[in-house]
Amino acid sequence: MAPATGLTPSMRAYTRRVIILMLLYVGFILGTVTLFRTDNPPTGALAVFLAILPALPIIGVIWAIGRLIVETTDEYQRMLFVKQVLIATGLTLAIATVWGFLENFDQVGHLPGFYVAILWFAMSGVGGAIARWRA
Amino acid sequence: MKNRLKVLRAERDWSQADLAARLDISRQSVNAIETGRYDPSLPLAFRIARLFGTSIEAIFLDDGE
Repeated sequence: MAPATGLTPSMRAYTRRVIILMLLYVGFILGTVTLFRTDNPPTGALAVFLAILPALPIIGVIWAIGRLIVETTDEYQRMLFVKQVLIATGLTLAIATVWGFLENFDQVGHLPGFYVAILWFAMSGVGGAIARWRA
Repeated sequence: MKNRLKVLRAERDWSQADLAARLDISRQSVNAIETGRYDPSLPLAFRIARLFGTSIEAIFLDDGE
C-alpha cells in the first residue's frame, strides 16, 4: 500500500542512492584535487583514472534517476518523472547549443564540459516544476 | 476522459486518499484520473474496475459516444 504521507519505496531508494553517490563524489573530488596539487602529481594512466573518478558518482546520479523511473510503480507519477527529465534534457541541449555558438563567436568564455551535467540537474528542477504544475 | 470515479467513491464514502491507498497509487494520481487529466493504462483501469466490482466501460466514458 502506498503511504498517505512520506516517501514511496522508490523515492526512499533514490534518496539513499543519491546521498551515497554525493558522499563518494566529495571523497573523490577532494582526493583527486589533493593528489594533483602535490609537488609530484600523477601522470599517465593513473592521472587519467584519477581525473575520471569524480565523474563516476555524477554518472551514478543519472543511473539513479533511471532506476527511480523504472522502480516507480505509480504510472502517473512515473509519467511525471519522464516528463521532468525530457524537459530538463531539452532545456539543457538548448542552453548548451546557444552557449556553444556564443563561445564560438567569442561572446562568452569557455566552460568545462562537466558544467553540462550541473546545468542538467538545475534544469531538472525547472522540469519538475513545469511537469507538476497543475499535475 | 470522463469517468464516474467521483460518484463511485461517494457511494462508498471513500476519500481520494482512501481510493489511492486501495489502488496502491498516490492521491495526486487518483485526482488526475478522476478529473480526466490522465487516462490510466489498461492494467490500472482493470484494477479500478475490479475494486468497484464493475467493468471498465461502466467507469470510463468513451468521448466518441
